[in-house]
Amino acid sequence: MKVRLGDIELQNPVIPASGTCGFGQEMSEWFDLNCLGAIATKGTTRDARYGNALPRIAECPAGMLNAIGLQNPGVDEVIAIELPALRKLYRGPIIANVSGFSLEEYAYVSARIDQETDAAIIEVNISCPNVHNGGMAFGTSPEAAAAVTKAVKAVTRKPVYMKLSPNVTDIASIARACVDAGADGLCLINTMLGMRIDIRRRKPVLANTYGGYSGPGVFPVALRMVNQVSKACPGTPLIGCGGVSRAEDVIEMMMAGASAVEIGAANLQNPMACQQIIDELPGVMKELNITHLQDIIGVV
Amino acid sequence: MKGKWHIVSNERIAEKIYRMTLRGETEGILPGQFVEIAVPGCYLRRPISVSDIADDLLTIIYKTIGEGTARMAQMKSGETLDILTGLGNGYNLAKAGKEVLLIGGGVGVPPLIYAAKQLRQAGKNVHVVIGFNTKSEVFGEECFTALGCQVSVCTMDGSYGVKGVVTDLLHKPAPFYYACGPLPMLKALLRTIGTNGQISMEERMGCGAGLCMGCTIETKDGFKRVCKEGPVFSADALKIEN
Repeated sequence: MKVRLGDIELQNPVIPASGTCGFGQEMSEWFDLNCLGAIATKGTTRDARYGNALPRIAECPAGMLNAIGLQNPGVDEVIAIELPALRKLYRGPIIANVSGFSLEEYAYVSARIDQETDAAIIEVNISCPNVHNGGMAFGTSPEAAAAVTKAVKAVTRKPVYMKLSPNVTDIASIARACVDAGADGLCLINTMLGMRIDIRRRKPVLANTYGGYSGPGVFPVALRMVNQVSKACPGTPLIGCGGVSRAEDVIEMMMAGASAVEIGAANLQNPMACQQIIDELPGVMKELNITHLQDIIGVV
Repeated sequence: MKGKWHIVSNERIAEKIYRMTLRGETEGILPGQFVEIAVPGCYLRRPISVSDIADDLLTIIYKTIGEGTARMAQMKSGETLDILTGLGNGYNLAKAGKEVLLIGGGVGVPPLIYAAKQLRQAGKNVHVVIGFNTKSEVFGEECFTALGCQVSVCTMDGSYGVKGVVTDLLHKPAPFYYACGPLPMLKALLRTIGTNGQISMEERMGCGAGLCMGCTIETKDGFKRVCKEGPVFSADALKIEN
C-alpha cells in the first residue's frame, strides 16, 4: 500500500484532512494513529482564532456545510503544545496546514513551522480571504496563488503543497501557477462554497450565511479537478481530497491522478473512518488485481 | 466507543417526545454524557443525551424536531443503530451535598433522570424542578418520583402543575444544582439562584467527538467545545448571563 509524495514515503495513501482531526489527540481516542499514511493538522494562523459565530455546521443530503472560521490556538501554541503532543501519538509524516489572511501571515507561520522537525510537509490553505485585497480568496486567481506559493517557498526548505480551492473557473491554470511558482505538490480540493436556508425561519442555517460543502456530494467534482490538474501538471505529486468515504473512493481518486488521498467529512460522520478505509484497502486492491497502489496513479 | 445497538422499544411518551431503549455495551457511560446516533438516510449523526443506563440497556428520550429525529421515531424494536457512546464530560455528581437540586426544562429533562438515579444511590436528597410549555408535553415526573425524589412540575400555561417557569419555584439559598434546558431558562436560573451548580449545554454539532470545532462556545475559561469539554460546564464558567 506504500505510496510516495515526492521524497516522502507513506505506508499507505490515507490521510485525515486538515480540520477534521484537530491535532490528532481526539482521533487517537478512537484508533491508533500509527495506521495512517500521514496526518494533516488543523489550519494554523499567526494568532489564536475563535472562528465564526454559531451555528457553524449545516447538514446536506450528501454531506455537510461548515463555516468554522479557522478556529485554532495560533502558531505559538501549535508549536509549543500541539505538534509535540501529536508526535508522541504518531510516528509517521505530519502535514502542517498553514493559513493566513495576508502574504506576511503565510510567510510568518510557514517560517515558524519550518523550524519544527516534526512537520514533514507544509500544506498551504489558499481558500482564505486576502484582507489587503477586498477579501478575495488567494486561491481564486493564478497571480495571488503564485504569490502565496513564492512567499512560503522563500521561508522554508520543507516540501510545500498548495491546497487549492474548487471555487474557480479554471483550476488547472491556478495549479499551473502554483507549480511554476515553486510548489512541490498540490492538494485538492478544499470545500465548495454553499449555503442552506431554514425555510421556516427564512434565515440561513449558518450564522456565516455561506460555508464550505464537503462529503460524498463533492466527490465527482474533486475527481474531475484532480484529473484535470494531473494532466496540467505532470510529475507534480497530488493529494486528492473531497468526499472520499471508502476504499473504492481512494482507488478512484488515485486513478484520477492522486498520489495520496485526504479523508475529510467522513471523519466527522465516523471518527474511525480512516482506520476502516485502510483496513478495507487490501481487499479492494486484491479484487481489482492491484499489486502496488503506486501503479494506478493517474492511469485515467 | 462505537457500537451496534439493538432497539428494544421506541414509544411516544408526550407531545413530540419519544423514549427509545437499546441493548448494547453500556459500560462506562456516565450521567450528562451523550451519544451520537447514525440515523439511516442522514449524513451527520444525531447527538442525544443519555437518560438512563440499566445493565446492558441504554434509554434515550428525544424530541422530534427535524428529519433525523422524525426518522428515529419511526424505528421499531429489532432494528439496529450505529451509535457512538461515552461522549463528552458529564455531571460531576461528587460535587453534590446531602441536599441537591435538579432543574430541567422540556427536552433538557432526560439527562437529569440518570443523574437522579445515581444521586439517589449515593443517598442524596434530590429535589427536582422541571418545566414544560403545556400538559401534553410533560414527561419524566414518574421517573423521578419512582427514584424517591421530591418533584415539582410547572407549565407555562398552567395546564399541569404550577403555572409559571422553573425559576418561579427556586429561591436562594439553593443547594448545589445540576441543570439542563433552553437558554432563556438557564439565564433565568443564573439570575435567580446563582452559579453554584453545573449546566449541560446544547449546540448544533458536526462530529460530536471534538474533531471539527463546530460547537465551540466562549466561556470564562476560554473556547470550549460543547461536545468535548462539555456538554456539562460549571455554571460560573458560562458567559450566558445577559
